[in-house]
Amino acid sequence: MVTVAESEYPLASRRRRRFSRQRIGRGLAPYALLAPAAAVIGVILAYPLYLLVSLSFQKYGLFELIRHKGRGIGVDNYTRILHDSQFWQVLGRTVLFTVVAVSLTMVLGTAIALLLVQVSRFMRLALTTGLVLVWATPVVVAVNIWHWMVDFEFGVANYALTKLHLGDFIRHDWFESPWSGFGVITALVVWGAIPFVTITVYAGLAQVPQELLEAAAIDGARPWSAFREVTLPLLKPIFVILISLSIIWDFQVFQQIWIMLDQRPASDYYTMAIYAFSQSFRLSEYGLGSAIAVVMVLFMFLATIVYLRQMLKAGEVH
Amino acid sequence: MSAVTPIAPTPVAPVATRAPRRRRVRKLGWNLVGLVVLIVMVFPVYWMVATAFKPGQQVLSYTPQWVPLNPTLDNFTEAINRPHFWDSVKNSLIITTVVVALSLVLAFLAALALAKFRFYGRKAFIVLILGVQMVPLTALIIPLYILMSRVDQVNKLSGVIAMYLTFVLPFTVWTLRGFLLGVPKELEEAAMVDGTTRFGAFVRILLPLVGPGLVATSIFAFIQAWNEFIIAYVFLQSPEKQTLMVWLASFTSLRGTEWGPLMAGATLTSIPVVIFFLLVQRRIAFGLTAGAVRG
Repeated sequence: MVTVAESEYPLASRRRRRFSRQRIGRGLAPYALLAPAAAVIGVILAYPLYLLVSLSFQKYGLFELIRHKGRGIGVDNYTRILHDSQFWQVLGRTVLFTVVAVSLTMVLGTAIALLLVQVSRFMRLALTTGLVLVWATPVVVAVNIWHWMVDFEFGVANYALTKLHLGDFIRHDWFESPWSGFGVITALVVWGAIPFVTITVYAGLAQVPQELLEAAAIDGARPWSAFREVTLPLLKPIFVILISLSIIWDFQVFQQIWIMLDQRPASDYYTMAIYAFSQSFRLSEYGLGSAIAVVMVLFMFLATIVYLRQMLKAGEVH
Repeated sequence: MSAVTPIAPTPVAPVATRAPRRRRVRKLGWNLVGLVVLIVMVFPVYWMVATAFKPGQQVLSYTPQWVPLNPTLDNFTEAINRPHFWDSVKNSLIITTVVVALSLVLAFLAALALAKFRFYGRKAFIVLILGVQMVPLTALIIPLYILMSRVDQVNKLSGVIAMYLTFVLPFTVWTLRGFLLGVPKELEEAAMVDGTTRFGAFVRILLPLVGPGLVATSIFAFIQAWNEFIIAYVFLQSPEKQTLMVWLASFTSLRGTEWGPLMAGATLTSIPVVIFFLLVQRRIAFGLTAGAVRG
């Protein structure tokens, strides 16, 4: 009997030890699983973000690029851009472009989503397929298409507008004036952004309880006020995220302008991203370019603060 | 509460016949509006394909031909024979393949940790991956250039791969986490009770169930890496290193753009994306807004 008890005791303790080692292993497992992704994000996203801020306080030109070492100059870069009238022009232009493009995208995208509810099933399928086709078009390709359509000599836009008697557009150069040039760029950006907005809003509309709309109709609400009083509040989270994403995408507009203007846009076409890019990669003023980029990030942060709060809440829930 | 809306339990006969007809007319009207919207939206894409198949003198004509009546493949052969087309195809394929493979592995591991474990710092990581998606790429390009030039990764495919990987990871982790959360715990436990190890349960139960998620996220990573322009443009400076998007953008910088071959090249580079996009479009819309819908 004694031997059995003796032999049982070490077995139990061994089992307990194995159990605890397993527990430690399980405790470390999530960190081991997370480590590679966290390392990549840390090195290539988080560190550059820090580097961006630190560069904005340095003189960093070609010489410093070769030496791999900048020279701290305090807030000089910031005072320089704040006293530069071009900076304020560029900022104003970018804000104006963002407001116009985001408003048009949201209004047209939502209107098409509401239209999708009304049309027949076949038309809905055709429209959705068309929208996905537009959505799938790579941005570089889209820019080239629009560039071709508004070509001053053989572009289909000038021909059609002239035929429709909307004016004499023969050999009209859309990029001669930055206003009409930005008109084309806005049209291109909005055209490319509509599908995502429409499809997301349409998916949201499908989740609005039909009883609520019927109740509103029984109460005598007209379609427009039913939309405003019932649908809009329910879709608010979706609208917040769509508006925020659109602001982020449009405020940093770069490729559309850069490629449309043959990779050398005149300063009339500078937006924040292009201004920061040219200061850095054309004039080799990486510190100054970083300061401009920091201001750009701060603006986007302020514009999307509602969205950020919503995301933080989402992170807390799960 | 207007008195105009009667709650009539039994519809009167004339109303019953008139209402559907009016509704039908209205439906027809909406369908017409839908048709106009469809034409306006799709026309640019149509115009690209139509131009690509037109012979040269029809492309450069003052009265545009709405339909390519004598379709030809000349523009396509000319686009393919331009310098560095095949180099660009090769580079784009290498970059996208490696990015897709690496992002799948890394994202799956991270998503597993987020979905199946509770641990200290979990919330912080979720907030981090949601937050970094907000950082504008155009702002990061300057420090990234400094960083990459310090470690000698400028003008190398490996540097671009590392950057693309980072930019697709937040989205892929988040989406895969959603898929993994959808797998009922009972299924895994049942498999383990049946005597399989945790790894066995993973291979037999988890993997087949998240298969669609893996397909969706890998296609997302593919599209991102295939379409990206700015990083490739800044970091891959020599023509034999460039990707298809940079190759395509270089058409316009020449004096007097050759629109026919350009549209043919644009069509060729779009085809893989369009195919994949049609396959996973619903997933992507869902994933991008997941934060809002669930919160």
